Amino acid sequence: MREYDVIVVGAGGAGLRAAIAAQEAGADVAMVTKLHPVRSHTGAAEGGINAALREGDDWRDHAYDTMKGSDYLGDAPAVEALTRESPKETIQLENWGMAFSRDEDGQVSQRPFGGLSFPRTTYAGAETGHHMLHTMYEQVVKRGIEVYDEWYVTRLAVTDEEEPEERDCEGVVAYDIKRGEIEGFRARDGVILATGGLGQVYDHTTNAIANTGDGVAMAYRAGVPIEDMEMIQFHPTTLPSTGVLISEGVRGEGGILYNSEGERFMFEGGYANNEGELASRDVVARAELNEVNNGRGIEDEYVHLDMRHLGEDRILDRLENILHLAEDFEGVDGLEEPMPVKPGQHYAMGGVETDEWGATCVGGLYAVGECACASVHGANRLGGNALPELAVFGARAGRHAAGDVDEASEITTGWSEDSEEGENVSPVALGEADLPSSGKGALADGGRQSPSGDSDPAVDAQGAEGVVEHAVQAERTRVHYLLEKEEGVNHAEVRSELQETMTENVNVFREEGALKDALEEIREARKEYQHVTVEDPSRTYNTDLIHTIETRNLLDVAEAITVGALARDEFRGAHWRKEHQERKDDEWLKHTMLSWNDGSPGLWYKPVVLEGEAKTYEPKERSY
Amino acid sequence: MSTQTEPPETDDETESTPEAEAEPEPRSPGDRRRAEKAAREAEREREEAEAEPDLGEDAVTLKVFRYDPEVEEKAEPRFDTFRVPFEKGMTVLDALIDARDTYDSSLTFRHSCRQAVCGSDALFINGRQRLGCQTQIADLDDDVVRVEPLPHQDVVKDLVVDMEHFYDQMEAVEPYFQTDETPDDELEEQHQSPENREKIKMSTRCIWCGACTSSCNIAADDNEYLGPAAINKAYRFAMDEREGEGMKEHRMELIEQENGVWRCQTQFSCTNVCPKDIPLTEHIQELKREAVKSNLKFW
Repeated sequence: MREYDVIVVGAGGAGLRAAIAAQEAGADVAMVTKLHPVRSHTGAAEGGINAALREGDDWRDHAYDTMKGSDYLGDAPAVEALTRESPKETIQLENWGMAFSRDEDGQVSQRPFGGLSFPRTTYAGAETGHHMLHTMYEQVVKRGIEVYDEWYVTRLAVTDEEEPEERDCEGVVAYDIKRGEIEGFRARDGVILATGGLGQVYDHTTNAIANTGDGVAMAYRAGVPIEDMEMIQFHPTTLPSTGVLISEGVRGEGGILYNSEGERFMFEGGYANNEGELASRDVVARAELNEVNNGRGIEDEYVHLDMRHLGEDRILDRLENILHLAEDFEGVDGLEEPMPVKPGQHYAMGGVETDEWGATCVGGLYAVGECACASVHGANRLGGNALPELAVFGARAGRHAAGDVDEASEITTGWSEDSEEGENVSPVALGEADLPSSGKGALADGGRQSPSGDSDPAVDAQGAEGVVEHAVQAERTRVHYLLEKEEGVNHAEVRSELQETMTENVNVFREEGALKDALEEIREARKEYQHVTVEDPSRTYNTDLIHTIETRNLLDVAEAITVGALARDEFRGAHWRKEHQERKDDEWLKHTMLSWNDGSPGLWYKPVVLEGEAKTYEPKERSY
Repeated sequence: MSTQTEPPETDDETESTPEAEAEPEPRSPGDRRRAEKAAREAEREREEAEAEPDLGEDAVTLKVFRYDPEVEEKAEPRFDTFRVPFEKGMTVLDALIDARDTYDSSLTFRHSCRQAVCGSDALFINGRQRLGCQTQIADLDDDVVRVEPLPHQDVVKDLVVDMEHFYDQMEAVEPYFQTDETPDDELEEQHQSPENREKIKMSTRCIWCGACTSSCNIAADDNEYLGPAAINKAYRFAMDEREGEGMKEHRMELIEQENGVWRCQTQFSCTNVCPKDIPLTEHIQELKREAVKSNLKFW
């Protein structure tokens, strides 16, 4: 067993920042990632980092924009932490050498982005995430922080107290992809999940193939509540054939959307009379689909994004990367033609429930970045708010895990007196179909209890090490089962069925019947997953096995997204419901929560915190 | 384990083929879809059998390097041939994924972002280092797509190579920003002129894919040579005006060593294969000139 003070799972922006912060606070840190840090999906972020850096701007304005953009589903203490600390974190990156785009006077450049009242999006061309990822990794190398690359964390080792709030996370179990060995990692002080997005739930997504919601699913199965999972952001400008992202920076710089009739529909169609293309993402995504659905799409599928009028110099200076993407993946020269775009899954605004320090209700377990829900994005994330989230909450969680924070939290996690039971909304049982080998009725996946009674007495050690050893044993059993099973279905079949179902039924526009259909199909996919088998017998770099384990995670997160979408019978932010065309503040200023806990997922609610340090954010109509 | 059946077309070298699809009672939507998929597959095979033997229009032939030291039948390196349906806009990565998901789930390769930023799918495609996700099959201008692991690297399995040495070389150049002094105020920027940012811009685009180092004859023969990627990383910092003169001297000392810039023989192969169009050879030459200049100062 390997032992550290703090273990960071995932090595994208949030994980790297967390590792650096924990190490600076004196902790012995290891990062465990299924990729190599520079392969992380943060590298694909294009637009920029919102930070109130300039005269005339104020972090309070950034907080207000973010709360408004969130459609009042953001929690003010987290939003204010984000906006207050983003300038410091942004300049920290600059001080670490990040090659931001520069103004003539040598200051970092900023540009306008959707939903922002000030041009505060700080950027490095249209490759901000690439620069940020590499800059942070450079700092990890400089500090000699240990990185286990191509080690896939597949399970958390959590104690088995009945209430999640009384459990502790003692470490993780990881699979060394190159050698095929499963090993335990004990974390003396904390485990920080920074595993990123879950876009592979959908078949048209800007997300990397590795973004399979691992952290969310693992935490969920260890009994940690997951929050606002229905809030999936669809980015309005993705390339139709691949889902590759075309940055909001294009619209920020003045790019224009046209329908097949050559109308600038954001204005002419009345979708956003003031902001036009720079309305927030949910508004633009719906407008585009509405145009297509009403016969004004091009090839019945997409609309045009035109940046030709910006001129070659400006495009090359600020959006050069976009030219390459349009050329490589769509065969379009953005200097000569408009680019085809349509909405695609982009970002999970929900995730593992945390407070404003990234802490979950399970002792020693943290979550940061896209896998977490602090919640700063609420029902709609503003462009340019994901990168500061990585930095701010990565740093906060790193410090907290290393024991360097003694401030109390404003946001409560876990079940509390403010929580409210939810009604079962699903037409079918949730989450029960499990691998036969792992037994039924376990308190939580990762706990010490072994209801099947087949635990190895040799690992019946006591204390924290025992918890980790038990989890290792459980994982070895599971992997052995997957590898040895002779006949069955391939994960790729289950995965593609799931992706099709989600895309068909749980997309930008949502209807009750379709959501119920999706839950039934997810249930079927779960049953099929019972028969999943790994054909590749090799212990060396077995991607068949990895994708099989990932697919189980996709099933869990897809189900959570759909349950949340069915439960929330209102229209808020990215969550549009055909039968409920209004925001219902009387009923729904609350988060949807889902807990796996004892193996039977339960739905509950907790109120949104609208009271911040700067002000109390009174819900207002969102107009752009 | 599924058994492998005869190939859908008469290609002697075809070794991996679609799984035999039984037709069970439909018991779930998944089965229904599989049955439909099998029917479509059968239809496609019938059409292909009736059509001309040349299927270049609607199918692509992949010849893929296979090797797994742990599995007896794969311990001897060989090439497998896959035929996958061609779609407009299809990349080599798309074809590999299709081959893996449809025919042989043990086919192993790295991939993630599929938009040329993560750098994990650098492969040797039709005799040249390229990113699988960035390579349009239609642009290859060849009936057969030949996919091999990056040359001059140890093969772990199939198309996966060991990148450890590459990472070690990257780390050898102190790949992190180091200034003589940092601002006291946490909100104070270290200004950089737009011109200087422009100068280092191309060097910052590196995604660590390893294509350049794999293409370099010198690096192939000499494991100690830092290689183009690491030298480019050194360039990125050495040319950054914010690091200061003292640090620049230190960086020049690092790359002037025996295993540094002087090993480069200006063959331009790194520049030719770089998927991010970084002028690697030019950067190396510029560092050589800087090195000469800084040495001259002491004469």
